[in-house]
Amino acid sequence: MRPAWSIIFFTSISGLGFGLAAWLVLGFVDLANPQHLLITGIATMALIVAGLLSSTFHLGHPERAWRALTQWRSSWLSREGVLAVLALIAMAVWGLYYTRHGAPPVWANGLIAALMALTVYATSMIYASLRTVARWHHPLTPVCYLMFAASSGLVAVLLVLAVLGQQISPPLLLSAMLAVASAWGIKIIWWQLAGAGGSGSSLATATGLGSLGTVRSIMPPHTSENYLQHEMGFVVARKHAAQLRVMALLVGGVLPMALLFLLAPVPLVLGVAVISHMAGIFVERWLFFAEAKHSVTLYYGDTH
Amino acid sequence: MTMLPEASAIKLGLVIDLDICVGCQACVVNCKEWNTSGYGAPLSDDDAYGAAPNGAWLNRVHAYEAGTGADARTVHFPKSCLHCEDAPCVTVCPTGASFKRAEDGIVLVNEDWCIGCGLCAWSCPYGAREMDPAEGVMKKCTLCVDRIYNDNLPAEDQVPACVRTCPTNARHFGDLGDPESDVSQMVAARGGFDLMPEQNTKPVNKYLPPRPRRAADDTPVSLLAMAQDATPSGFWKWVDSTLEKLG
Repeated sequence: MRPAWSIIFFTSISGLGFGLAAWLVLGFVDLANPQHLLITGIATMALIVAGLLSSTFHLGHPERAWRALTQWRSSWLSREGVLAVLALIAMAVWGLYYTRHGAPPVWANGLIAALMALTVYATSMIYASLRTVARWHHPLTPVCYLMFAASSGLVAVLLVLAVLGQQISPPLLLSAMLAVASAWGIKIIWWQLAGAGGSGSSLATATGLGSLGTVRSIMPPHTSENYLQHEMGFVVARKHAAQLRVMALLVGGVLPMALLFLLAPVPLVLGVAVISHMAGIFVERWLFFAEAKHSVTLYYGDTH
Repeated sequence: MTMLPEASAIKLGLVIDLDICVGCQACVVNCKEWNTSGYGAPLSDDDAYGAAPNGAWLNRVHAYEAGTGADARTVHFPKSCLHCEDAPCVTVCPTGASFKRAEDGIVLVNEDWCIGCGLCAWSCPYGAREMDPAEGVMKKCTLCVDRIYNDNLPAEDQVPACVRTCPTNARHFGDLGDPESDVSQMVAARGGFDLMPEQNTKPVNKYLPPRPRRAADDTPVSLLAMAQDATPSGFWKWVDSTLEKLG
């Protein structure tokens, strides 16, 4: 599948935003100071909105994007849109309540955090629900998205704490390192398992000619690349996949963990930790698309 | 609305005979011609006369070799939307632009609602949908909905353009929901099959397999013997008998 930059940015940055938002409403940062609340709230919502806006860049008709909020009964893409809007509204209401009445009740915090998680889950299900892409159609796909949202959100929480001059407790620092480690751990398992069994489809089933013997493509239906091949036949960097996976692990996993473990948790160090973790997630997300094979490529002679 | 309707009694679709198709591409061209000039946005092409032309087409003809050695055969393979009963392209659509008609099962796109996100094309195992490069909306086979119900056309033209134009009669149109229809009878008689049944899309369109090879007669035919056995008549009979007398 073609890795569109707008979609890579959307899934990574909105994941970070929702992860951070969830940890914020769960009380990981003291927001009693209205200024702190305002700055943190706006920064978090800006991440989410930037991600959502980015997702509209690949549309043929972005001005009609509001229509995507209508089909939540059947479409994960629509559900993602609706949940994202609800999550943003919930966060704004949560912030307003905080300024008027102090910290909201625990059940409300839990509910809003769950809404954030559900939104990230919906994002992942846009891809995981597609039977046509065997690698994505795996139960661990949503787990990967949720884990990366949680880990990047938690590393960002550390940065927020440091910037606001608040105490970073050793258990919290350790939790962030564990979150980063387990997110990549799940990803490594996903790399091994997802799509390993193939899609069950082959050129034999795609043409129904398997009973006649081996089927092979002898002539394409058109002389130059078409939309299907451009969109779903992306093969450019598959040969570099192994190196890119190592690079993602080093930049997105080993480096931020080393920074958190070895250096003092000051804003500069934590800022670099967030950026390197996100850079790793970008590479991981790029591979998520670039490595995925779509069943339509079978018709063009791709042997899965 | 992108919820799928209750399964319709009428299931309009195509039956494509892989035994007959010669890969002439006439259906491809007539499909483009009809669908670029009727409803909705034209089916555009990008760089149509340049080095890398690219455009939206609703029907493509692949060619495959099936089998190996002396048994191998070339199979021309037309592919367009299969108007699936469980069409994933309909349910994934976030806007309601992609829909399946309750009355006859045709899968269509409302071009005024389509945001061009492309998710329906991702969800289709068959590659039946292509984005229009100029209009930014998804294009797909409409089963020529603007022909089949069009009373302004003569009766013989009230079939999809690809069916009407096929010079070898490899494409058939009809109601696959009616077991008595010509197309259903044909599917039953010839062992018509679904493409990628494992994708659980329940396609309405069916494909008919190439017919089994006829067994060859083992006795070689000698053209020389045939020529020698022939009894001459007329002028050649006179030449023959005269030469015999001389010889």
